[in-house]
Amino acid sequence: MEKEGDAKPKNTAPRLCCVCNHRRPALKRPKTLDQICRECFYEVFEEEIHQVIVENQLFKPGERVAIGASGGKDSTVLAYVLSKLNRQHQYGLDLFLLSIDEGITGYRDDSLETVKRNEIQYGLPLKVVSYKDLYGWTMDEIVKIIGLKNNCTFCGVFRRQALDRGAAMLKVDKVATGHNADDIAETVLLNILRGDIARLSRCTAITTGEDGPIPRCKPFKFHLLQIPNCILTYAYFKRLDYFSTECIYSPNAYRGFAREFIKDLERIRPRAILDIIKSGEDFRISTTTKMPEQGTCERCGYISSQKWCKACVLLEGLNRGLPKLGIGRSRGLNIERKKDVKENNLTESIESKQCGTLDF
Amino acid sequence: MQLTLEFGGGLELLCESKKIHKVNVETQKGVEKLTMKDLLTWVRTNLIKERPEMFMKGDTVRPGVLVLVNDCDWELSGQLNTTLEEKDVVVFISTLHGG
Ligand SMILES: [Zn+2]
Ligand SMILES: [Zn+2]
Ligand SMILES: [Zn+2]
Repeated sequence: MEKEGDAKPKNTAPRLCCVCNHRRPALKRPKTLDQICRECFYEVFEEEIHQVIVENQLFKPGERVAIGASGGKDSTVLAYVLSKLNRQHQYGLDLFLLSIDEGITGYRDDSLETVKRNEIQYGLPLKVVSYKDLYGWTMDEIVKIIGLKNNCTFCGVFRRQALDRGAAMLKVDKVATGHNADDIAETVLLNILRGDIARLSRCTAITTGEDGPIPRCKPFKFHLLQIPNCILTYAYFKRLDYFSTECIYSPNAYRGFAREFIKDLERIRPRAILDIIKSGEDFRISTTTKMPEQGTCERCGYISSQKWCKACVLLEGLNRGLPKLGIGRSRGLNIERKKDVKENNLTESIESKQCGTLDF
Repeated sequence: MQLTLEFGGGLELLCESKKIHKVNVETQKGVEKLTMKDLLTWVRTNLIKERPEMFMKGDTVRPGVLVLVNDCDWELSGQLNTTLEEKDVVVFISTLHGG
């Protein structure tokens, strides 16, 4: 956007991009205070993601990879960048979009429309799995019964499993999610606040679940090294088609508070986010801490450290008209095995983002 | 002063779900200059209909809100001290809403 010559430039600092030394800068990198233009920003951003993928060996040639797509900015940028890098650097990946339809009128139906447009725009096949099909209930129906208090427990537990089931249907080797450094730092803080040591180091790992059915990876784990809000900036400058409304059932104040705290810290010290992630990584679990054993759910076969997986417990409650079952302290069905694993299921949803944003 | 303001990332919900606002902001008597600081005050009074704390914190935008003036990060133009001109385009996008 050139404005009447350079008569009244808004920039008081050097006026050319420090990378190409040619175009007008649009952004500042807080680490170096370098100013860069839009085109160079795209390149730096994409190159950074490429480096993360290569250095961490996130993918192998020939793999089938599902991108967890919520229609939000993170997963939309991930789908766009990943398909671009896949072409540009010949990763040899078969990419898919995988969306979960929780059955939330006025929210998920709208965001799914966005994902359907992305399917066409990026030429990536889309698979949608719905709570209704998997569990027989939509979130709208669940909320009608249980109200707005514990609905995110249902949403989070069901989503986690729905993603694995969708991935299995697509026969993919891996799922990539749009979790970014903000999300991970937020999860580290929440896990510290809840004293959940077991999850603390796991939630920072760039790839998780390698022992489970389908590993998940987060290519955006490191992105903030360059520019805060870079994913958002990328989405905006590229005019990517994304959806940005909060889940109507999710005020989720606790998590929102952690998010705001992190953004406050970042304003004072941009490195704070990466430092929090680092502290999470550096937490070592002492040998006396008992880690829950992984088994499988007797009812549905999903991984579970207890007799029944959390989703089955919640479903049983819904179907028997006892929706409180499985919420809060585990009681009843799992009582005999709850001794050293009692914390496990309760925290299942903490790793997810705000309810409804399709993160895992 | 004629300006185009754009709200995104959920911030539009605070101003009657309208994303783009073509506005005419009066500068104070005798002063030709309008800064981003002035504009924020104006937006808060005239456009934000609910939950102003989602938009501002103290005298600036809430952390996590991206501000672009003519498609440039306002960090480059001096943030609150950025001087606005006729027909400038100012964009506010929240990163706090779901990803
Ligand atoms: Zn450049
Ligand atoms: Zn089960
Ligand atoms: Zn929800």
